[in-house]
Amino acid sequence: MDGGWDMSLAGRHAVAASLVFASPAVLAQSRYNLQSPVTGVAAQIYDMHTLMLLICLVIFIAVFGVMFWAVFKHRKSQGAVAANFHENTSVEIAWTVIPVFILLGMAWPATKTVLEMKDTRDPDITIKATGYQWKWGYDYLQGEGQGIRLVSNLSTPRTQMDGQAAKGEHYLIEVDKPVVVPVGKKIRVLTTASDVIHSWWVPAFGVKQDAIPGFIRDAWFRADKEGIYRGNCAELCGRDHGYMPIEVHVVSPQAYSQWVAEQQAAMAAAAGDSTREWALAELVERGEKVFAANCVACHQADGKGLPPAFPPLDGAAIVRGDPKAQIDVVLKGRPGTPMAAFGALLSDADIAAVITYTRNTWSNKTGEAIQPSQIAAAKGN
Amino acid sequence: MAAVMPDHLHDAHHGPTGLMRWITTTNHKDIGTMYLIFSFIMFLSGGVMALTIRAELFQPGLQVVQPEFFNQLTTMHGLVMVFGAIMPAFVGFANWQIPLMIGASDMAFARMNNWSFWLLPVAAVLLIGSFFVPGGATAAGWTLYAPLSVQMGMGMDMAIFAIHIMGVSSIMGAINIVVTILNMRAPGMTMMKMPLFCWTWLITAYLLIAVMPVLAGAVTMVLTDRHFGTSFFSAAGGGDPVMYQHIFWFFGHPEVYIMILPAFGIVSQIIPTFARKPLFGYASMVYATSSIAILSFSVWAHHMFTTGMPAVGQLFFMYATMLIAVPTGVKVFNWIATMWRGSLTFETPMLWAVGFIFVFTMGGFTGLICAIAPIDIQVQDTYYVVAHFHYVLVAGSLFALFAGAYYWLPKWTGHMPDERIGKLHFWCSIVFFNITFFPMHFLGLAGMPRRIPDYALQFADFNMMASIGAFGFGLSQLIFLVAVVKCVRGGEKAAARSWEGAEGLEWTVPSPAPHHTFEEAPVFK
Repeated sequence: MDGGWDMSLAGRHAVAASLVFASPAVLAQSRYNLQSPVTGVAAQIYDMHTLMLLICLVIFIAVFGVMFWAVFKHRKSQGAVAANFHENTSVEIAWTVIPVFILLGMAWPATKTVLEMKDTRDPDITIKATGYQWKWGYDYLQGEGQGIRLVSNLSTPRTQMDGQAAKGEHYLIEVDKPVVVPVGKKIRVLTTASDVIHSWWVPAFGVKQDAIPGFIRDAWFRADKEGIYRGNCAELCGRDHGYMPIEVHVVSPQAYSQWVAEQQAAMAAAAGDSTREWALAELVERGEKVFAANCVACHQADGKGLPPAFPPLDGAAIVRGDPKAQIDVVLKGRPGTPMAAFGALLSDADIAAVITYTRNTWSNKTGEAIQPSQIAAAKGN
Repeated sequence: MAAVMPDHLHDAHHGPTGLMRWITTTNHKDIGTMYLIFSFIMFLSGGVMALTIRAELFQPGLQVVQPEFFNQLTTMHGLVMVFGAIMPAFVGFANWQIPLMIGASDMAFARMNNWSFWLLPVAAVLLIGSFFVPGGATAAGWTLYAPLSVQMGMGMDMAIFAIHIMGVSSIMGAINIVVTILNMRAPGMTMMKMPLFCWTWLITAYLLIAVMPVLAGAVTMVLTDRHFGTSFFSAAGGGDPVMYQHIFWFFGHPEVYIMILPAFGIVSQIIPTFARKPLFGYASMVYATSSIAILSFSVWAHHMFTTGMPAVGQLFFMYATMLIAVPTGVKVFNWIATMWRGSLTFETPMLWAVGFIFVFTMGGFTGLICAIAPIDIQVQDTYYVVAHFHYVLVAGSLFALFAGAYYWLPKWTGHMPDERIGKLHFWCSIVFFNITFFPMHFLGLAGMPRRIPDYALQFADFNMMASIGAFGFGLSQLIFLVAVVKCVRGGEKAAARSWEGAEGLEWTVPSPAPHHTFEEAPVFK
């Protein structure tokens, strides 16, 4: 394959076909160079990089041609006698001025691309990407799909990282809920973060924008080709920085509309979850899944945590004591620590379920079922 | 002339002996030696961290360390190498060589010199010791970006205090160098006749004085955000996380030149010696160095193109950064013009110097590519940047340090270094260096972020290659230890002028240089 970065079905066939004819070139493209661009800006960056590389190569050959000529010909062992010159004004002016003109030639296309990258006006769809330690949350703010909200977690199982299972094709660059966007539309991405600085990066789009807590930044892309495009968080954000990938599915407008309808139906169903009364077993079952997706990285599957940075939940006073205090921490987080505020991140039902789970697993046996209505009430305060 | 009265003016052996000699010494040669030994120990410590990182990255999956500890290692590798190895090593060279090269009897402030060295082991103990406190060392990256650095455990506080102490040490060292160079040159040695190593260090010292307080300010603000309820870098309290980056890189970019300008100076001493020809374009070298230093204050935000500056900001910092290629190019051209029509020989120091030019220039090219803001946005925080700064810091600063060490070892020890061992060290280093860091360009371009303990499968081959190269490179550095120990113990006797083409006052004193030199100022030219 092309080294792992996914493409549309058509793209795969194209690669397979060209592999027969030009396999080294194709391999070279994916493994030695920038990823194949799928937006206009990314294509400009790709070409600019190629141009720069060629200019540098020419300079390299010229400069080191001279140096190695001297190294081989002007050796004492070859009978070379040292000349005594030590300055030459015209040569010195030449090699100061000529580089300035080469630089001007480089700056011109770069300036145009910078201005284009910064032009985020008139988007078709606006999506807010929020960095959390360590996942991405997406809110569709404007355009078709407005109101959709999803949280995107790494879906590679722990067993693959520990070497207990074979690693899948998309090891560490796959998520449970990808971002979906329509092909050919201008998508504006607003980035922010809830805890520390993250960076939203999809190489094939030529977009890398830091997500800064308390501030909003923006970037944009218009993908020309359907397919699955993968990226990573690019700014060190703590323990699991390497485990918060980005997966964007670029689909046809029809497929996008269908996806939007499905998401809206699912959100309506979830709203019902938050109002009804749940049984203990039901909450624990759901809570286990929520815990695995959101909590396990720090608090660990056995609930022992990784003290002192990540405290244990098993036997913890806050988990065994008054549920109000625990609900408060889960909703609002603990500022200054990696404990995120999950109130805006998870549904009331998920929060109720995960709290119930932690209060009724390991050695914690409170027997209490925390209902979504209690979460809603706590939020109201 | 500053009146420096060594404690034991007439005879080296009247002072304390044993350990107390080293603790109380005010002799620039003793202090230079201690700086060099200290930096080599730190270099090996930082190297062990690097090799642990490369062992973990040898193949996909988590085998050797867990992510939290991995982040501690990348952070501490950076801090230890920058503040513990490279910077003190250059100060060690300055201590040994500047008085010898300008014909001064010692550094201007001999007691302060002792104090600036002895602060360093204290800082090193704090820094390395932070691995053993609850929560371990800081894992926020060597840049210590807030608010991540606000989240860390007490290892972070120890790193902050270590940085404070090292900063005090650097500032005192820099003041000492400035005063020594400006006031204690031999009669007849005007500024524009001064050896280029002294020029580059003079400019470096000004940079240090200008930016070390800036770093101290940045980390102090992190400290008060952590413990005293301030909100310099927290939007919730009216602060801004990006402000940390502006302050840090206002220090950080000149810091890059602090680590490379003295290297330029060393190479500018060595190339003419082995080309048997004066340095081409001495004056333009001085102007180029000064230009680089001045420009270094107006390019800091090129480290921050992805933070989302306005277009005008991106363009300004892009143009300013590209401009640095001009004086840097002038330097490379001057070195090559010095070699041109020389009578070249390739003893170990010259090999390292030519290797420096060759590999450092590759780092210069990738630097130019990174200067282009749109390309930088693709490669920022990827292995491409890791490759770039290791080409300029390892193949640049470190190779120049080795070149200088082999060049002046005869003056320090009285024996010529073993050419076979030195050349073996060079060839192993340059081959393994490129095996380690060249593939990182490909990794970065293809999309591998830096500072990750595990990676997607398409990056596996080049990571394995880089890890093999890293272990080769690490082990090659033990050859240097052998070369130095052998040279200290014995070997061919070195003449006062140890290399045929060597020029300068340091080659007029016997080898090894006596404990006290130039008690009577020499007359230059």
